[in-house]
Amino acid sequence: MFGLIDYGMGNLSSVYKALKAVGAKDVRIISSRREIDETYAVILPGVGNFGDGMENLNSKELTYPLQKAIDFGKPFLGICLGMQLLMEESEEAPGFHGLGIFKGKATKFSPDLNLKVPHVGWNSVHFKERHPCIDGINNDDFFYFVHSYYIEPLNQEIVLGITDYGFDFCSCIGFNNVFATQFHPEKSQDAGLKLLKNFVNIVQQ
Amino acid sequence: MLAKRIIPCLDVTCGRVVKGTNFVNLVDAGDPVEAAVEYNNQSADEIVFLDITATSDNRTTMVDVITKTAERVFIPLTVGGGIRSIDDMRIMLNSGADKISLNSAAVKEPNLIKQGADKYGSQCIVLAIDAKRDEKNPGNWTVYTHGGRKSTGKDVLKWAVEGVKKGAGEILLTSMDKDGTKDGYDIELTKKISENVQVPVIASGGAGNLGHLFDVLDRGKADAVLAASIFHFGMYTVPEAKKYLTSKGIITRLS
Repeated sequence: MFGLIDYGMGNLSSVYKALKAVGAKDVRIISSRREIDETYAVILPGVGNFGDGMENLNSKELTYPLQKAIDFGKPFLGICLGMQLLMEESEEAPGFHGLGIFKGKATKFSPDLNLKVPHVGWNSVHFKERHPCIDGINNDDFFYFVHSYYIEPLNQEIVLGITDYGFDFCSCIGFNNVFATQFHPEKSQDAGLKLLKNFVNIVQQ
Repeated sequence: MLAKRIIPCLDVTCGRVVKGTNFVNLVDAGDPVEAAVEYNNQSADEIVFLDITATSDNRTTMVDVITKTAERVFIPLTVGGGIRSIDDMRIMLNSGADKISLNSAAVKEPNLIKQGADKYGSQCIVLAIDAKRDEKNPGNWTVYTHGGRKSTGKDVLKWAVEGVKKGAGEILLTSMDKDGTKDGYDIELTKKISENVQVPVIASGGAGNLGHLFDVLDRGKADAVLAASIFHFGMYTVPEAKKYLTSKGIITRLS
């Protein structure tokens, strides 16, 4: 069973529909510790504020079960805010602890670069390494982004893909059982569906 | 590098696609779900559905169109027309829309932008502005509502800045002077707004050929272009447009 975490941070229907479209057999929208324990894989989507996201995870008592599921090696897919929450903290919400799976933080695009923020639209992802989740995807393929913060992991080994928006930022990470994207695979047409399909196939094998 | 977006717009009434010329003459152009699937196949970057009659009966039909499209099309979907409350937004987002375009309702109640952005995030809220050149005041534009029939007296730039401050994540800017003319986008208007707001600006109104798309993306500093009739009636396909733009040095998502 794929567990799509509902923690009040945005609409889950497009992720749900995309997972079904690529052949995920049993997708459930879940919001309790018990349900997390029952899943084979956890998907943490989400848009919005880092602080609100952590506050909602904390009040639903999902923070520890999520950390535990990741530590125990359960396949994990984070999307957008669901990627940023893996870090220790974010400039968006000083004082809030993230899930802290990886050292580092989420940083706001600097106004000095004279970029439009949020970064909205299709941008290419340059994959530095191979990973089962990106099998069959062309390097530098375009994916759909919408975000104002990006992650800066201390351990560069987790960085799988980078994207140029005035400078190169980390747009995709992969480390052991954790795979996460700053972009929205569920809104990235063929390339995005291929990525989700890879994740689904890995879990269902 | 971030690609410039090409966004076909489907004007919908009673579950059918129409295209207004200056919002007056309507020509039937097919089933909106099939049209959206076709544009998805053509690698359009997003799709906008505009409910042009926006009655409550029509809203139910629109929910059905969005639901069916979202099962087959995995690119961002925007829906606009007649959305007046947080409740309307919720219904559209739950049926599969990614973004809500607010126009007249936001002019009437600017806090609707803030309410929507607070509840669903700025990335969901597109502020649609219908702009008409102010003849007495060159270099300035006035906000119109109700399909371009009603002047609000508001200055377009001031309204755009206010909308962004309230949480709009993108501006969909339509030139009422150019809409339906097919003689090009309003470059001056687009450039003025795009250079003075921090969020992406989608240019709309006036596309008649591919050169017009290039001009507004290049000189007009638009982040995306909205077009209807040049694509609807098969004059150009989206890949042709992208190929042309790429040859002129504009970054697009080719596939």
